[in-house]
Amino acid sequence: MRLFSLPRWLAPLDRKLLRDLFAMRGQALAIAFVIAGGVSVHLVAAGLLSSLEETRRAYYERYRFADLWAPLVRAPNGLIDEIRRIEGVQAAETRVRVQALFDMPGMEEPATGEVFSLPDGAEPSVNQIVLLRGRLPQSGRRDEAVVLESFANAHGLDIGDTVDATIYGGRERITIVGIALSPEHVYAIAPGQLVPDDRLFGVLWMSRSALAEAVNQDGAFNEAVVRLGYGANEAAVRNALDALLEPYGAPGAYGRDEHISDAFISSEIDQLRTMGSVLPPIFLAVAAFLVNVVISRLVATERTEIGLMKAFGYTDAAVVAHYLKAVGIIGVVGLAIGATLGIRLGQLLASVYTEYYRFPLFVFQPNARGLVVVTAITAVAVGGGAAFAVRRAATIAPAEAMRPPPPPDYSKALGARVTSLPFLDQQTRMILRQIVRFPLRAAFTSIGVAVSGALLIGTLFALDAIEEMIDVYFNVANRYDVQVSFVEPRSRSAYFELLSAPGVLGGEPYRAVPVKLRHRHLEEQMRLMGVPVDSRLARMIDVEGRPVELRPGGIVLSQDIAEKLAVTTGETLTVAVTEGRRPVLDVPVAAVAMTYIGSGAYMPIDDVNALLREGPVVSGANLLVDSARTNALYAELKAQPAVAGVVLQRAAQRNFTDLMDQNLGMAIWVYTIFAGLIAIGVVYNSVRISFSERQRELASLRVLGFSRREVSYILLGEIAFLTLLALPIGGLLGTGLAWSLSRAMSSELFRVPFVIDPPTYGYAALVVIVVTAVSGLLVRRQLDRMELVAVLKSAD
Amino acid sequence: MPRRRGAGAPRVCYIGAHAIEARRRPRAGAARGSLRADPPDENLCFKTEGLTKVYGSGPSAVHALRGVDLAIPERELVVLLGASGSGKSTLLNILGGLDRPTSGRLLFRGQDLTNASQRELTLYRRRHVGFVFQFYNLMPSLTARENVALVTEIADDPIPPEEALALVGLEHRLDHFPSQLSGGEQQRVAIARAIAKRPSVLLCDEPTGALDSATGVRVLEALQNVNETMHATTLLITHNASVADIAHRVITFSDGHVREERLNAVRKRPSELSW
Ligand SMILES: Nc1ncnc2c1ncn2[C@@H]1O[C@H](COP(=O)(O)OP(=O)(O)O)[C@@H](O)[C@H]1O
Ligand SMILES: [Mg+2]
Repeated sequence: MRLFSLPRWLAPLDRKLLRDLFAMRGQALAIAFVIAGGVSVHLVAAGLLSSLEETRRAYYERYRFADLWAPLVRAPNGLIDEIRRIEGVQAAETRVRVQALFDMPGMEEPATGEVFSLPDGAEPSVNQIVLLRGRLPQSGRRDEAVVLESFANAHGLDIGDTVDATIYGGRERITIVGIALSPEHVYAIAPGQLVPDDRLFGVLWMSRSALAEAVNQDGAFNEAVVRLGYGANEAAVRNALDALLEPYGAPGAYGRDEHISDAFISSEIDQLRTMGSVLPPIFLAVAAFLVNVVISRLVATERTEIGLMKAFGYTDAAVVAHYLKAVGIIGVVGLAIGATLGIRLGQLLASVYTEYYRFPLFVFQPNARGLVVVTAITAVAVGGGAAFAVRRAATIAPAEAMRPPPPPDYSKALGARVTSLPFLDQQTRMILRQIVRFPLRAAFTSIGVAVSGALLIGTLFALDAIEEMIDVYFNVANRYDVQVSFVEPRSRSAYFELLSAPGVLGGEPYRAVPVKLRHRHLEEQMRLMGVPVDSRLARMIDVEGRPVELRPGGIVLSQDIAEKLAVTTGETLTVAVTEGRRPVLDVPVAAVAMTYIGSGAYMPIDDVNALLREGPVVSGANLLVDSARTNALYAELKAQPAVAGVVLQRAAQRNFTDLMDQNLGMAIWVYTIFAGLIAIGVVYNSVRISFSERQRELASLRVLGFSRREVSYILLGEIAFLTLLALPIGGLLGTGLAWSLSRAMSSELFRVPFVIDPPTYGYAALVVIVVTAVSGLLVRRQLDRMELVAVLKSAD
Repeated sequence: MPRRRGAGAPRVCYIGAHAIEARRRPRAGAARGSLRADPPDENLCFKTEGLTKVYGSGPSAVHALRGVDLAIPERELVVLLGASGSGKSTLLNILGGLDRPTSGRLLFRGQDLTNASQRELTLYRRRHVGFVFQFYNLMPSLTARENVALVTEIADDPIPPEEALALVGLEHRLDHFPSQLSGGEQQRVAIARAIAKRPSVLLCDEPTGALDSATGVRVLEALQNVNETMHATTLLITHNASVADIAHRVITFSDGHVREERLNAVRKRPSELSW
């Protein structure tokens, strides 16, 4: 075929090279696409990773994001000097920070959020905000605030608009004077939520003096934020801070790893790193294998040409270079496709990111180092794959090469017994003999196909896992519809009042208290939840998915906390309350539970009340709500000054499910395409090579009167057999991949359960089978067009 | 793949709209040796009228056959001679249903094959034609016996593979793979494979071309044996003019035409040939 004429200056060998490549363009492209798959995944992951890390670093640096947060009850402003004197503290700020409930026009549900103070007449030296529009609130003005951009956009708020908020029990009408972003709210999410809901989470910044006055913190603060000096010891600073602030009701400082927004970014970064390091090697290993197979075949078919070239005086090195050039071209094409695809995909994903991660500016920067690295790795993989094949070209002796090769010897193949079984027909026997004669090739083909299926299972399992997480979290563990928290702990009667609110079908009280759990030298800071012993609405679940029964006198821990503290069921740990009179108690661990999302420590509410030496006091309540009457309840909650926060479980679940639905289709497509690339690369090349090697046999069969169907059986039966063999192998590999990815993707925030639903296996098998069938049919078309006479006439 | 051993199936071959009774044994009376220069049509195996074959088109077109009229009676052993490129293989391939003529007519036992479909040609090859080529075209992954069984499994009334191999003197090589056989042995396996289904025509394109003379003689003996005992109409292309002495009929090709057609009054045995 002559689609283009080659320029005259091209050396004859190079012309041959280009014609060879053109003749095997299908196979060459299949390999190039597998390479492109690996390259693009790496570039997307590396690019997003470095973009995200670099953007975050620059943002935090420029706006002086804190390293430590030290919440407390109330401390005098003068303490700031002592905080600044702690060794390792580079800058420190005090501020007032309170929860708030927003009553937004046109929205039935109450929105929750926080209000932060901004220093009067000065920029804070820690945790600055990015004022996008408008101005800062004037000092002392209780009716002015800057609002978080995402909340403003979700409600169409603009400068001059007003917002009604319940702040620390007091109702305020606030005018928006500015719109801002903040490094503390890159991933703007309410506590207890998993997916941001811009409508339901608001943040305001008010003048320090005005906010202090509103929440009874005149001349005082309730949170210190600290930036560390270069090389400072974070733990030491934290200990010094805790020691200094403990008298003021501080439960203990926490770092960025427990800062919700930053923890989400870190978790994303970890996942990108995992993806970027697990997937590309799979692609490139497959590409190396394919290069080996295809170039081996090319060298075998061109034996005579190689002999001639050598006879004409070309050196071995020239011959080797000739074939390496072919491989090089495939590699470069793969790289080019992969780079283009990777950058496009990266930009696409970056724009998805900006919906969830609010940076002042986030653009996808293709990672130059990533490109260099992936180019080098591709070169090594593809070159390595080619090396073995090309070495054969070097060792061919000219005289020997010019004789036609003897028929391949099947007499010494393994498994002669099996393939000689009398009930086999001859065609099936040919298939089996081909496999046992070239077992390595058959194994690689099977494994290649298996890898493609495994890739699908190993990635799409995440959807099953997330479904399981949602189901367990919302439908088994936390079955309440609404969680209400009070501004301050209140008596049981406040809980009963809530029960009689409109629409409430039932409920359970809870008492939450900040604690430090200690076991030996290990310590974890967290919130201890006291719930009724027979709680039905807020439960912990064990590994078998059954609710863990609370027992008086014992604490139930989530597995991650138990692991961090190195305690097991039956051992005793120390519960040190970091609030009020700070009681300390040794408590046996009653059970260790599984939690997919977040961590937890549960005790019976009566035990918590007893521990705190208080009466039947509650921090809030979990409520079951009549879904037809939610609006009435919401109206009631918005009007209650005692209510500090409201968690709407149904909205949270809906947001999670929406997010899944949005990204589900895309994820399935992307991974199906990637897995398909591998399967096509392996199957098409395998069948195509088999076809060219056995063309003569197949033509002979046609001459003997076998129909096209019967002849394709021999060609396609082999790959069908190897694909069937690949299915269980792929299932196993995929299960392993899913297991290790579930490990790798689990973080502080959530643990990915190792769950694979049967349909995921089915889907993977289906994709593999369809791809095999399509690749087979492509070659079958060539088989149908085969010129019998021409094939048989050639001496080869 | 289902095995096809249905020996009871009626031997009817559907070609076009017509059904041909697969006549393995020509009618009694058409005895060997009773050759006539112009046999009646009903005793013909092949008849061609103005057969042409053009490869390619325009200025680069190759006229491989330029109008061939032949009448080949049943059961004859016919040798085709002619310079390289004169069109012998092209004719043989068309007769064997591997290729189609550009124009003209081809009759097989009175049935018109000229416009037969691919599927019909496949069936025709399967039921009636045995091929032997210069290159043996054996399946390297199958033993001698299995190579023959390949064909007997899809034939209606085959002879057992062992018997077919015995006919070509290979009864002691049944379980050898092609890689373990000499060229002559491989060629004889190919012949056994071609005859095992009791073909009514045997088409051989330079079967001895790659063999030394002693081996070539054995192969020719096998072919002659098949022609005599199984009564298959046999067409044999050769470069060796002396081989023509074993034929009933000798057709000489030149530039796509039949230049000469003669009958041998006296035939030699292959062993009597001066190679
Ligand atoms: N598939 C083909 N395409 C083009 N030309 C062909 C093809 N097959 C044969 N020819 C040409 O047809 C002519 C006759 O070929 P062939 O029948 O093989 O001759 P012979 O067998 O007598 O040597 C030759 O010129 C040959 O080059
Ligand atoms: Mg020829």
